[in-house]
Amino acid sequence: MSIVETSADDAKNDAEGRFHPHLLGRRTPIAIISGLATTVPAIAVIAVLLVLLSKALPAIKYNGVHFLTSTAWNPGNFYANPIVTNGVEHPILAKYGVWPLLAGTLESSIIALIFALPLSIGAAFIVAKKLPPRLRSIAGTFLELLAGIPSVIFGLWGALTLGPILSKHIYPFFAHHAPNIIFFRLFRGNTGNGEGLLTSALVLGIMVVPIIASTTRDLISAVPRLTEEGAAALGFTEWEITRKVTFPWISAGVIGATVLGFARALGETMAVAMVSGAVLGTIPHTVYSTYSTIAAAIVTQLDSALTDATGLAVETLAEAALILMAVTLLANVAARYLVKRVSSTSLPIGKGL
Amino acid sequence: MSNKINAQKKRSASRRIANVVVLVLSSIALIAVVAPSIWIVFQILHKALPHFTFSVLTKTGAGLDGGLKNEIVGTAVISIGVVLLAGTVGILSGIFLAQYAKGRFASFLRAASDILAGIPSIVLGYVGYSALVVGFHWGFSLGAGVITLSVLVTPYIAKTTEVALRQVPINYIEGAEALGFKPTRVLSRISLKTALPGITTGLIVAMAISVGETAPLLYTAGYSQNLPKLTLTHSPLGYLTYAVWTFYNQPTKTALQLSYDAALIIMVLILLLIGVSRVIVAQTQRHAETRR
Repeated sequence: MSIVETSADDAKNDAEGRFHPHLLGRRTPIAIISGLATTVPAIAVIAVLLVLLSKALPAIKYNGVHFLTSTAWNPGNFYANPIVTNGVEHPILAKYGVWPLLAGTLESSIIALIFALPLSIGAAFIVAKKLPPRLRSIAGTFLELLAGIPSVIFGLWGALTLGPILSKHIYPFFAHHAPNIIFFRLFRGNTGNGEGLLTSALVLGIMVVPIIASTTRDLISAVPRLTEEGAAALGFTEWEITRKVTFPWISAGVIGATVLGFARALGETMAVAMVSGAVLGTIPHTVYSTYSTIAAAIVTQLDSALTDATGLAVETLAEAALILMAVTLLANVAARYLVKRVSSTSLPIGKGL
Repeated sequence: MSNKINAQKKRSASRRIANVVVLVLSSIALIAVVAPSIWIVFQILHKALPHFTFSVLTKTGAGLDGGLKNEIVGTAVISIGVVLLAGTVGILSGIFLAQYAKGRFASFLRAASDILAGIPSIVLGYVGYSALVVGFHWGFSLGAGVITLSVLVTPYIAKTTEVALRQVPINYIEGAEALGFKPTRVLSRISLKTALPGITTGLIVAMAISVGETAPLLYTAGYSQNLPKLTLTHSPLGYLTYAVWTFYNQPTKTALQLSYDAALIIMVLILLLIGVSRVIVAQTQRHAETRR
């Protein structure tokens, strides 16, 4: 679990193109077998796309373009005889729109980043610059722990501990004192029981901190000493060195890590399903509103979708999954491309390892 | 003149104040980052321990009551399956990426692996469900769950294996070659042996993910109150994360207790795994000849 520290070395080796030329026995059995194994992830990515696409095709045909803009989530009447539209069999009155889910996904992830980004950068700055090695390693262990805590346990904590505390002690203050003007209006209104947009975004923010913080820490440590010392010799304060020398040096990497964290937040499932209120078909109108995301909707709705004898409900979930997948793929590829072009530190994968 | 000096002094004071403010804010940020993990662990201890009974470990589930034995065994079986399957594939592809692959093809394969790790786990769960459970008619089963989870964790193992192999000092390899080792023997006797701690850490990460993942399993492994049967298909099985997710909002107290008990067991397992990987890393650093 402490792969985090080594990613910089890895990238350096990558950049030097160093491999062990002595072992290039390309026709040995081990080379062939391991080569086959290496294609598994590529095949898996393609298979995932193909399965989703083929599964979603009837739903794409039936739901049409309105799927992206409609706010309806009505599976239709399962008990009446199904009818056929556009060559797709469906329950009568079935109408689906992904817009509330997509908006919920984007909103919660963006709010999560607003929390996570300053916290991660501040923490990474202290860890890399101010802590003695022993404390640095302890802080690293806590980041690992944070990355290792399962989504479902974040959900449990968010739904039963954090949410109730916030809705009882913190949210009412904002709800009563927020002025009734643009933006601040979002903080007025019923604070509910703690399940909702702001609470789940907070939990999401905590969950993506390890990705951004560990990358930023590695990037800060990799900035050449001399440039920073030069700035120090000119009389810069630590903050000025960080702002004028370190941050410009690492900004592309931090942006990449942030996009990666964003992708992670977009796809987070269990925690959001437990803390969002999992309500379909409404767009949150205050920060306390219950809502749902695409990922959470798939996990909470698939069970009941299976009762749709025509299969449209399940296929619609595939269509939603396809949209989620497209957005996360885009974010992932963009982040990696960006960082690869301008930085020597490679991004962590998955949960931030 | 003195005005100018005063202004300069003021400016440098404001610079120093800005510096202190940023340091204080950053320290608060660090505390805010560290605090939730401690809070979560203590909250679970606080909720689970007062009513914890060891019968939870020995009884199987019974509705909203009973124990977690079936889930514990299920999680163990699934994790072992994932370590075997994803471990084989991941270590092999790590070897290939470190030793044989080069150029564009290699970076394509590497990118595919990185991207796979970025796919939301529920999407993998959905695909596992529609391809394996429905498409192959396996039903909710160990096989479907293990394969879906393995797809999820293979990139982690591949990555750690590759990194570990790349860090094997070139001297070791050249030394072995000078002694007349064949390439395959260099790989098995020198490279893999030296990289073993790193590879093991990757397997531990895979295990921790298998213990903690929920979304890919809900619709592939399904759920059962009985102990898992060791058949790959047509036999659903329980796992700890299922208990957390299903029991946390049920109306009875026993159900909530089961949810926290399962969370406690999961956290203990994950803390253990993190501890083991820490020990391995510390050991290797002590034995390392040079600081890398």
